[in-house]
Amino acid sequence: MCPGCGAPTALRQAFMGIDAPVVVVGATGCLEVSTTVYPYSAWRTPFMHVAFENAGAAVSGVEAAYKAMKNKGNFKENIKFVAFGGDGGTYDIGLQSLSGALERGHDFTYICYNNQGYMNTGAQRSSATPQNASATTSPAGSVLPGKLQRAKNLTEIVAAHNIPYVAQTSLHNPMDLIMKVKRAVETPGPAFVNILVPCPLFWRIDQGDQVKLCKLAVDSKFWPVYEVENGVYSLSYTPKSEVPVEEFLKAQGRYAHLFKKGKERPDIVEHAQKEIDAEWEKLKGKCEK
Amino acid sequence: MAKTLEMLVNTLARNVEKHKEMTSGNLAFAEAMRQINPDVVAAYPITPSTEIPMRFAEFVADGQVDTEYVAVESEHSAITACVGASVSGGRVMTASSANGVGLMHEVFPIAAAFRAPIVFGLVNRSLGAPVNIHCDHSDSMPERDSGWVQIYCEDAQEVYDTALLSVRLAEHKDVLTPVFVCQDGFITSHCYEAVEMLSDEAVKEFVGERTPHYPLLDVDNPVSYGSFVMSEHYFEIKRNQMEGMFNVPRVYDEVSKELAAYTGREYPMLDCYRTEDAEYVVVIMSSAAGVVKDVVDDLRNRGIKAGCLRVRMFRPFPREAVKDALAGKKGVAVLDRSASIGGTAPIASEVKSALYDLSEKVPVQEYIFGLGGRDFFPKDAEMVFEMLEENDYTSDARFIGLLEGDK
Amino acid sequence: MSKPKSWRDIPPATIAWGATAREVETGLWRSMRPVLDRKKCVSCLKCWLQCPDASILTDEDGKVTAVNLFFCKGCGICAEVCPVKAISMHPESDFANDTEKHGENPGNVGEYIGS
Repeated sequence: MCPGCGAPTALRQAFMGIDAPVVVVGATGCLEVSTTVYPYSAWRTPFMHVAFENAGAAVSGVEAAYKAMKNKGNFKENIKFVAFGGDGGTYDIGLQSLSGALERGHDFTYICYNNQGYMNTGAQRSSATPQNASATTSPAGSVLPGKLQRAKNLTEIVAAHNIPYVAQTSLHNPMDLIMKVKRAVETPGPAFVNILVPCPLFWRIDQGDQVKLCKLAVDSKFWPVYEVENGVYSLSYTPKSEVPVEEFLKAQGRYAHLFKKGKERPDIVEHAQKEIDAEWEKLKGKCEK
Repeated sequence: MAKTLEMLVNTLARNVEKHKEMTSGNLAFAEAMRQINPDVVAAYPITPSTEIPMRFAEFVADGQVDTEYVAVESEHSAITACVGASVSGGRVMTASSANGVGLMHEVFPIAAAFRAPIVFGLVNRSLGAPVNIHCDHSDSMPERDSGWVQIYCEDAQEVYDTALLSVRLAEHKDVLTPVFVCQDGFITSHCYEAVEMLSDEAVKEFVGERTPHYPLLDVDNPVSYGSFVMSEHYFEIKRNQMEGMFNVPRVYDEVSKELAAYTGREYPMLDCYRTEDAEYVVVIMSSAAGVVKDVVDDLRNRGIKAGCLRVRMFRPFPREAVKDALAGKKGVAVLDRSASIGGTAPIASEVKSALYDLSEKVPVQEYIFGLGGRDFFPKDAEMVFEMLEENDYTSDARFIGLLEGDK
Repeated sequence: MSKPKSWRDIPPATIAWGATAREVETGLWRSMRPVLDRKKCVSCLKCWLQCPDASILTDEDGKVTAVNLFFCKGCGICAEVCPVKAISMHPESDFANDTEKHGENPGNVGEYIGS
């Protein structure tokens, strides 16, 4: 992985929360590629990568085989199953496969390391890319201010599958991430954890700034940290002093076009703030029910 | 004759319990699946193979199998789940057709490279567009270079026997390669015929248990599947994979002999019907071979030395056996039920290539027939033999049963 | 694994053996080097938790002892998250004549995984 990438940190912390033998399935992406550069493998656990759009189906098959063979008495130990993908392999090309696996109720945890774009192919936009971010297939130009569309809310889409455990977190607080993955893995049935991780190349931030950016993301309410356990919503973190989203945007080169001298777009920043506030209220409403 | 007798004696000696049932190609395959009792079946319905997962789901619902049945949301996920389950060490089966097979295309070479011994009931149907539910081989032929074994069956009995045999073939340590058991959509899959089946005990004894190699679920000896490989190793990994396919003829011979000891039926890779002394031979696959064989008998009664060569094993292609069977013939016609648009049809190109080494040239005519389930009649086969006798050849493919107006 | 001489020596089915990447030195990419001041360090383990490359070494008591430069790519996250400024980043060129080894032993990749 590139120096300062948030993805390996997210997975390292995630596995700190797992205290059982685990089998890992990865969707194509930066993390999958860079951890399995042949003839080496960084995985001390069994690991399988099939393709880009099918981590959900692949882990389904592995879990089904385990169940069948365990019923025959082939296994004494309880094995846990974790699938991971970036936002490309999760929000976009792999969504159908993930949805199928969630609906069928396989006992596995899906971890999305969400850096909000296609990084393995070079910073293209995904459906997780926020509005107005400049990506290589939605570049900011003299007419267009980066990506025109809003990001898909995948965590809510997953929650709509009525699976036992869904959570959203980031690298702002390792204990939050570790405990969420622990809960996800220990919950029987499907579980999903969406982790916001900065990509220094795409976000155009300093290599050392991933934790700082994650803190800005949660303190500005840009990335709410919450969980849904058996349909019950709860906020895991409420910023003590809220930070305007402008600070989060300003800290990243992918929004630099909004703050360019003489071409500032306060209207866009203001609009972004309004939307974030509205989304936060909506989420708070769900948590209070 | 002596061989048949020997098999018969062996069969009687084993005293295998058998019974006959009126059934179809689909249901015969599903019944074989029940008897095999695989660990995982992941499948998605598509005409004309739908009956296979449907019937199997009934077996699951009635507790007749121990299988984890994964009712996936697409064919892509079906084959992916099969790969995951097979790599985990489970015995895995599935079925599909046409565009379902097309959607799986990406994952077939991955299954083969992972040496995942999946047994796949492929019920041949034309590939859209336009949408057509009837038989041709345009779905399985694009997969001929995917690294899977391809066996094409003539009737439901052969489908049943091949399903059993393929489990042993695919899982053999020297093969470890997935297998397509192909049958003609509707013609074989839906027509009822008498099929002789083994007892559950005999099937259990024959298929045995799978011994997986490097199973993913071995948490004490972790391995990684599907790495990112640069040019320095990729070529060697692919060559290593090919060895499994190259071992198929030897293992196939062993396993089919072993199965014949139970069933009394043995299927060679090539079905040579009256070809030995034939002057004119039609090469064909799957159910349409029955029509050609019938016509061969008629022509023989009229003193014409006709023969039918049915290619049962298409991958690996039995090149030497085809060469030996066709050497010295006056004329050969190859009938393909799919086209390679802009190139030579699949079987024709294989046959022509197999005959290239012969010092004496054997003329070959390429025909395309039966696309989208267009019927293939005895008169069509007669016409083909007549043209061979008349030494009438063209360099392009000819079409059988196609409306061509006044040519 | 050394490069096999023949395709026959390649493991089957695309497999690679687990945890073999611990032999791969990723520290070669580093342009900035973290230097730990053990007198300042309070072993809060924030750096250990946030290091993308599992390069913060600890002893049996959970005290931070060094940075494993065999893997460290020099991103500087450890220095950023350190609450007592015990880690500082320095250009690699400062160490051009340095002969001292800095924990250049392969660590245990994924040591928190599984049992």
